[in-house]
Amino acid sequence: MSLATNPRRYVISLIFIGVGIIMLLRLFFLQNFEPKYKILANDIAIYKKVVYPPRGVILDRKGKTLLSNTPVYDLMITPANVPGSLDTSELCASLDINKETYESMLARIRARNLDVRQSTFMELLSESQTARFQENAYKFPGFELVERNLRRYEKPVAGLVLGYIGEVSQQMLKKPRYASYRQGDYAGLSGLELQYEEVLRGQRGVHYLERDKFNRPRGPYRGGELDTQEVSGRALDLYLDMELQEYAEKLMANKIGSVVAIDPQTGGILAMVSSPTFDPNLLRGKERSHNYGKLYKDPTRPLFNRATQAMYPPGSTIKPFTGLVALNEGVIGSEFGYPCGGSYGACSRKIGCEHHDAGHAANFRLALAHSCNSYFCHIFRLTVDYRNFKSVKQGLQVWHDYYNSFAFGRQTGVDIPYEGKGLVPDTAMYNRMYRGSWNSCTIVFVGMGQGELLLTPLQMANGMCIIANKGYYYLPHFVKSIGKNENDSLLLKYKEKHRVLDIPDATFTVVQQAMQDVVDHGTASAARIDSITVCAKTGTAENKAVVNGEVIKMQNHSMFVAFAPRENPKIAIAVAIENAGFGGTWAGPIASLMMEKYLKDSISARRKPVEEKMMNAHLINKYVYTIDSVNRLRDRRIYEAKMERRRIADSTEKSQDSIMYRRWIYTKMKYKHKK
Amino acid sequence: MRELRKTLFNRIDGTLLLLYFTLVSIGIMAIFSVEHRATDPQIIMMHKGYMKQVMWLGYSLFIGLLIILTDSKFFSSFAFLIYTAGIFILIITIFAGVDVKGSRSWLGVGGFRFQPGEVAKIFTSLALARFFALNETNFRKLKDRLIAASIALGPAVLILLQKETGLALVYFSFFLVMFREGLPSAILITGFAAIALVITTLLLDRMTMAIVITGVTILVGYAIRSNLRRRMSTRIVLVSCWLFSILFSQFAVPFVFKNVLQKHQIERIYSMIGIDVPDEYNKALEPGDDRREHTNSSEYNVLQSKIAIGSGGMFGKGLLNGTSTKNQFVPEQNTDFIFCAIGEQFGFVGSATLIILYILLMLRIIYLGERQRSDFTRVYAYCVACILFFHVAINISMTIGLAPVIGITLPFLSYGGSSLLSFSILIFILVRLDADRQVIIR
Repeated sequence: MSLATNPRRYVISLIFIGVGIIMLLRLFFLQNFEPKYKILANDIAIYKKVVYPPRGVILDRKGKTLLSNTPVYDLMITPANVPGSLDTSELCASLDINKETYESMLARIRARNLDVRQSTFMELLSESQTARFQENAYKFPGFELVERNLRRYEKPVAGLVLGYIGEVSQQMLKKPRYASYRQGDYAGLSGLELQYEEVLRGQRGVHYLERDKFNRPRGPYRGGELDTQEVSGRALDLYLDMELQEYAEKLMANKIGSVVAIDPQTGGILAMVSSPTFDPNLLRGKERSHNYGKLYKDPTRPLFNRATQAMYPPGSTIKPFTGLVALNEGVIGSEFGYPCGGSYGACSRKIGCEHHDAGHAANFRLALAHSCNSYFCHIFRLTVDYRNFKSVKQGLQVWHDYYNSFAFGRQTGVDIPYEGKGLVPDTAMYNRMYRGSWNSCTIVFVGMGQGELLLTPLQMANGMCIIANKGYYYLPHFVKSIGKNENDSLLLKYKEKHRVLDIPDATFTVVQQAMQDVVDHGTASAARIDSITVCAKTGTAENKAVVNGEVIKMQNHSMFVAFAPRENPKIAIAVAIENAGFGGTWAGPIASLMMEKYLKDSISARRKPVEEKMMNAHLINKYVYTIDSVNRLRDRRIYEAKMERRRIADSTEKSQDSIMYRRWIYTKMKYKHKK
Repeated sequence: MRELRKTLFNRIDGTLLLLYFTLVSIGIMAIFSVEHRATDPQIIMMHKGYMKQVMWLGYSLFIGLLIILTDSKFFSSFAFLIYTAGIFILIITIFAGVDVKGSRSWLGVGGFRFQPGEVAKIFTSLALARFFALNETNFRKLKDRLIAASIALGPAVLILLQKETGLALVYFSFFLVMFREGLPSAILITGFAAIALVITTLLLDRMTMAIVITGVTILVGYAIRSNLRRRMSTRIVLVSCWLFSILFSQFAVPFVFKNVLQKHQIERIYSMIGIDVPDEYNKALEPGDDRREHTNSSEYNVLQSKIAIGSGGMFGKGLLNGTSTKNQFVPEQNTDFIFCAIGEQFGFVGSATLIILYILLMLRIIYLGERQRSDFTRVYAYCVACILFFHVAINISMTIGLAPVIGITLPFLSYGGSSLLSFSILIFILVRLDADRQVIIR
C-alpha cells in the first residue's frame, strides 16, 4: 500500500482527459463546420413524394359528366419478394402474356433496378387483366396493383372542345406558365383542358417521407410537418348540352363543316361541333401519340377545330348585317326597293341573282327573304359611297368599324385556345391590294358575303346573338361555373354585356322581321319549326381552292344562321358545311333540327324523315382526299428541297473548315521548320 | 475505522453507480430511438432490441446483487482459478465456437449465446490484480514483468485465434495498468514514439520525413546538451535513435508496403489516416482477390457514420428524428455504431456530454483505486478504468473516422448481452471491493 500519491496516477488521468479532448475537438468540427454531412443525410434519407390530386371533372349544363377520371391500374413488381415457387404460367395467363415475354420483362427490370425496389412491370392494365389478376392476387407475392387516374370521356363527343392532356414537353417547360411543372407531369394540351389547366389541375401535394437504405418509404419525415397537402382540381360546369352536342355530331356525320349554337342571353355555348369528329378517348394514355399521328394525317383534318379556326366566306348569311349597317346609317329605309331583273349590272360585270320576277326586291323584307344579290350589292355600294362620307375609303372604314363591333374580323374571346380571327377587309388592306385605286365596284362582292370577307362559324353564331338580343352580346364561352362558383374571377369577363355600335331597337326589329320572313316564305322554308318563330338566313358561299398553284372553283359551301324564338331568344346557331351546295338544303335543316331538339327536347314526327336524311347524308367529296394528297406531296417536296439545301450548305461549311484547318497546320509546320 | 461500522450497503460508492445507471439508461434510450418505428403499436415489444437490453440490465443487476453479497476475499482467492478456467473456455471456443460473421468467438449453449472474449476481461483483470498483490511479486524484476505481460496477453492471443481482432487489442490496455505499477516510462514513451513515427512516415514524403527527424533530433540534443556533453552513452542513444528512425522511414516502411502488405491492407491504412494511396504503393489487384469489396464496405460504414454524426449539428435533430440511424443507413447501428444515434439526435451537446460522462466515470474509478489500502483492489480498479478507456476511445474514434473500424463495443450503450453483462460485472466487482477498502485483500 502506498500512502504517498503516485504521480503516475495523474499521467494516466491526463491521458484519459487528453484523448477525450481530441475526440471532443473532432466532434466539434465534424458537427458544426462540415455542412456537407447534413446535405448528404437529407439526400439519402428523405424522399420527396409528389402526390397528384385528381383532375377536375367537367359537367354539362344538366350536370351530366362529360369528362371525369377513371382509375386504371399499373402492375408493380418488387423482384426480391417474388418467390421462386411462383406459378408463372398462371400469372402469364391472367396477364395475357407468354412466358418468354415475362422472363424478358423480369430480366430487364432486374438489370435496371435494385431487387428490393418497386418498379413498374406493366402499365395500364386492361379491365379484364385487372379483374383476373385481382382474383388471384394472393398467389402472386411481390406483385402489386397500383391505382392511378386516367381521363375518361363519358361519351365520344366534343373532343376538340374538351381537349386532352399529355406529358409536358421540353419546350413547354421553358415557358413561365409551366414553371411549376416537372418532366413527366401531365398538362392540358388543347381545348378546355388547356384553357382551364390551372383550375383543373388542382395543387399537387409534396409529402416528405423517410426512407431506409433500401429506398423503402418509412413513414412521414418529422411527422409530416413540412408536407403540403394536395388540393383536388375544381370542377367545371359548362353551358354545353351533352345531348344536343351528341345530336349535332350525329347530324354532322360524314360531312365536313361545323355547328355552333349559343344561348344569346348568356353567351354560353350550347354545342360546338367540328366535323369530322373523333373519339377523344383515343387521345389518352399510352395510345395517345400513335392515335394522334393517325388523326393528324387524316385528309379530313379532324383535329382542326373548324368552329373556331376555319374561315369561310359567309355568303348570303351576311346580308342581315349589310342591311343593318345601311339602315342604321340612314342610307336606305326599310321601304327601299331595287328593280332586280335577275342580275346586278351597275359595275361593268354582271352579278347573278337567283330570282327574276319583278318586285322580289321591292323592299328590304322581300329582298332579304329572297336573298336578292343585286339588292344587297347595291345597298352595300350605297353605304360605302354615302354622301356623309368623304370618300369610299372613309365609307369602308365606317362599315369595317361596324363589323368589328359585331366581333367579325377579330377574336371573339371564346374560352378555348387558338381561335381564328376571320377577315374583314378595311381601307388599308384594299389600298395595299389595289395600290390605292379602287372604288365601291371593286369591292362590291363584300356586300353579299363573298370577296375578301371571311368569318368563323363562331363569329356567325355570335352575330346571330347580336341580332337576337337587339344590339348586345356576351363573349361566347363554355364555362358556367368553376367549382360551383359562377363569379370566379376567371369568369367575370363573360358576365359583361358588349354593346355594338349604337343601333336603335327599331332597326333590329326590321332585320328580325325580314329574317322571320326568310323562314316563313323565303329561302329557308325547310327550317320551319311548328309553333316557334324562327329567324334565319341561308347562305351559299362560293369558294376556291389552290391546287398546284392553280385556283380551282369548288362546290359551294352550304351556310345557315338562325335564332329562335324571335321573342326571348334561347338559341342562336350557325352551320357551315363545306362543299355541300345550297344553304337551305343541308345547313338549314340541320340548324332547324338542332333548334327543335333544344327548344322542344324532341323532334316532331313530321320532321323524322328530314332528320334521317340529314344523318345519313354523305357529303364529303372525293376530291378532298385528292387535294390533300397533292398538297402533302407539295409540302414534302418543299421540305426535302429545304433539307437538301441545308445539307449542301453544311457540307460546304465543313469542307471550308477543313481547308482552313489544313492551311493552319501548314503554316504552323512551316513556322516550326524555320525555327 | 468508523467506516467499518457502517453496513455493507452504506459503504457502496453511490457516484460510481449513478454514472453506471446514467450510461446504461442512455444506452437503452439510444437503442430505442434506433429501433422504434412510428408504426409500432406500443412501446413495450419484447422482440425489440431495447426491451432485450432492459432484460439484460435486469440480469446484470441480479448478478450485481449476488456479487455485492459475496465476500470480497472470494475474488482474490479464486482469481487464478477463475483465470485458468477462463483460458480453458477460450481454448474450447477456438474449436467449438459458432461462426458469426467470420469470427468464431461465440459459444452457444442451448438457445443462449455468449462471447467468452468479453468475459475474459474480467478474469484477466482479477488475475493481474492478484499477481500484483502477491507478496513475492517484485515488478522491478524482468521475470515478473514478463509474467504480468503474459497474464495480460495470453487471452489476447486466444481471442486473436478466434479472429476477433478488435477484442484482442483491448488487452493492450493492461500496459497502462502496468505503467501505473512501475513499468518504466521509457517503454510507454517508446511505444507512443513508434506509433507517431509510423503515422508521420505515411503522411509525409521521404525527403521531408528525413528533415523532420533530423530537426527533432537536433532539438532534443539541444534540450539535453549538458547530458550529451557529460555522457558518451546518451550520445550513442541519441545517434542510434536518429539512425533507426531514418532507416525505418526510408527503407523499412516502403519495404513492408511493397512486399509484405496486401493491397486491401494498404488501402485500409491510408483510408484511416484520410489520404489517398500514393502511386508507388498502388498495386494492381491480384487476380482472384475480391477483398476490395471489403475495404469499400468499411469505408461506406465510416462515411455513413460520419454523415449521421455530422448531420446532427450543434443540438441534434431531436429524439426519434435521426433519419440516418432510424432508417438503417448506418451499419451495426445498435451495437458498434450506437454512438451515431447520440451524435445525430443530440448533436455536439449530446455527444460531448456523453464523452464527459465517460471521462468522469474513468476518473472516478481511478480515484477509487487510489484510495484503497490493498494493492489488489487498486490494480483491479486501474484494469477496469483502462479497459473502459480503450473501448470508449477506440469505439468513438472509429465512428468519427479517427481510428480504423475494429469491432469493439461502446461500454454500457451498445446493444448486446455479453457486453452489458461483462461491463456490469466489472463495475459491480469494483463496487464490492471498494466497499471493503479498509480491509487488506491479498
